[in-house]
Amino acid sequence: MKEFLEGSKAVAEIVKLCKPGVISAYPITPQTHIVEELAQMVANRELNSQFINVESEHSAASVVLGAVAGGVRAYTATSSQGLFYMAEVLFNIAGMRLPLVMACANRAISAPINIWNDQQDSVSLRDCGWIQLFAEDIQEAADLHLIAYKLTEDKSIMLPVMVCMDGFILTHGIETVDMPSQEQVDKFLPAYKPLYKLDPENPITMGPLVDPVYYMEARYAIQETMVKNVLTLIPKITADFSKVFGRAYNGLVEEYRTKDAERVILAMGSVCGTIKEVIDELRAKGKKVGLLKLTAYRPFPVQEIYEALKDIPKVAVLDRALSLGSYAPLASETKAVFFGKKKKPEVISSFVVGLGGRDITKDSIKEIFRLLTAKERACEFIDLKPELLKENYE
Amino acid sequence: MKEIRIHARAGQGAITTAALLGYVYFLEGQYPYAFPHFGAARMGAPMNAFVRVDSKPVRLRSQIYEPDYVIVVDATLMRGFNCFSGLKDNGIAIINEREGVEIPKLSVRQKVFSLPANDIALKHIGRPLGNTALLGAYAAATKEIDLQHLIEAIKKRFSGKAQEANIKSAQEGFDFIKNKL
Repeated sequence: MKEFLEGSKAVAEIVKLCKPGVISAYPITPQTHIVEELAQMVANRELNSQFINVESEHSAASVVLGAVAGGVRAYTATSSQGLFYMAEVLFNIAGMRLPLVMACANRAISAPINIWNDQQDSVSLRDCGWIQLFAEDIQEAADLHLIAYKLTEDKSIMLPVMVCMDGFILTHGIETVDMPSQEQVDKFLPAYKPLYKLDPENPITMGPLVDPVYYMEARYAIQETMVKNVLTLIPKITADFSKVFGRAYNGLVEEYRTKDAERVILAMGSVCGTIKEVIDELRAKGKKVGLLKLTAYRPFPVQEIYEALKDIPKVAVLDRALSLGSYAPLASETKAVFFGKKKKPEVISSFVVGLGGRDITKDSIKEIFRLLTAKERACEFIDLKPELLKENYE
Repeated sequence: MKEIRIHARAGQGAITTAALLGYVYFLEGQYPYAFPHFGAARMGAPMNAFVRVDSKPVRLRSQIYEPDYVIVVDATLMRGFNCFSGLKDNGIAIINEREGVEIPKLSVRQKVFSLPANDIALKHIGRPLGNTALLGAYAAATKEIDLQHLIEAIKKRFSGKAQEANIKSAQEGFDFIKNKL
């Protein structure tokens, strides 16, 4: 049924339909309305779940780790500094092969303190063994939660999933969302049956000390699952999703007007909507431009990116995060896809845009297309204010 | 596509105003996208809320720089900066008027409507929350939305006494502007 919902509220309603047994969160900025709504649902007895209020994000992540280890479906959400405070536990959840879904409301990282949207938080945690899926709009953010539970609990995966949605733009934005029924969700997502769990009757150890004889194999197994199983399974799950809910996603990448394109932007998150809008305007003027939207950032869909961009003459990679002191993260990985390949774009330029909530306008995107010429650009900042860069300590 | 920009201070209900307005458009079969932009994250700081609405889903995620309509919830904001920047040539501004703050003269084709929304709210709600009166005024001034849909949106958002008071407030805001036209 179509409803007019805030992004966080839509996600909370979807999570409710997924019936997690345990939800844990730390109620401080930067938190999201998602867990606020879920706490309300539990208090109202609309959701039969245990809501555990804790004293830090480190504890929130630890509680959901424990819940899944005990064989229960669990959920949490966080953002920015909160995600960083969870980091140690997030590596453990992945390393212990526990299926979990968490939303990350993408926001900037201190210092300077900034509560607004960019993607530095989850991009910085790209190496923690979590699958990362980025949403373009509120509908997709809600739908990705369903896809995420199905994915994480598959016996061939058993890796946690982070659903990334742009802070404020999607979490606080309100738009029309087609909400599924409980019957539809139950049909798509069966009750969670753990592959293994902590049980006093049949004791096992999870996450023990592992000496050099075993450690590398545990890490290798995650890498293999990521680049083989996850990349193969996501399109199958989205196909099932489409049958039940009627909305089609690729789940890895989405090509928008790229077929005959001469210039294509690669991007992820809500900015893809603004880019599509600009592409339609430029196409109406005869400019051959397109977008490759990345939904899956981890695992990185190397083959799909190669196929989509190999015949495109000029590619602009749009980063909303930095790897300070090196190339921008998404740009360097995109370039790696084409290193040593015969077929590849003549130019892969890198642009940094919209850090700390700097608004990304249609003009910002047009500027990127304008600068996407034969001259390759590395880490070119868009909408920078040079007057703010002058230093004076006198 | 129509774009509406709301100027307020944090805590004055601008997000609720945008959410209500968005819901009215939703009831009318349109695709609204309502969203806030916070300044400093504290009560009283200037902030904006926006509604962008189209007959198909809205994809553009930037803030609104060239609005069709502007709603000024707190007139004291007009002292500090230009609330009407980028307002379209044939745009309409709706201002919650306040003693001692002058209503600016805009260009010939732009229309400015002001109303004592806080007084209207005080009368019905008992608190100076002029948002629903301003939305009533918006319905009358722009003829974009149906007053009945606004009342329906208020019914969904509020219950009990607050619902009744806000409906009266919206109706009086609507009538105030209608009688001026």
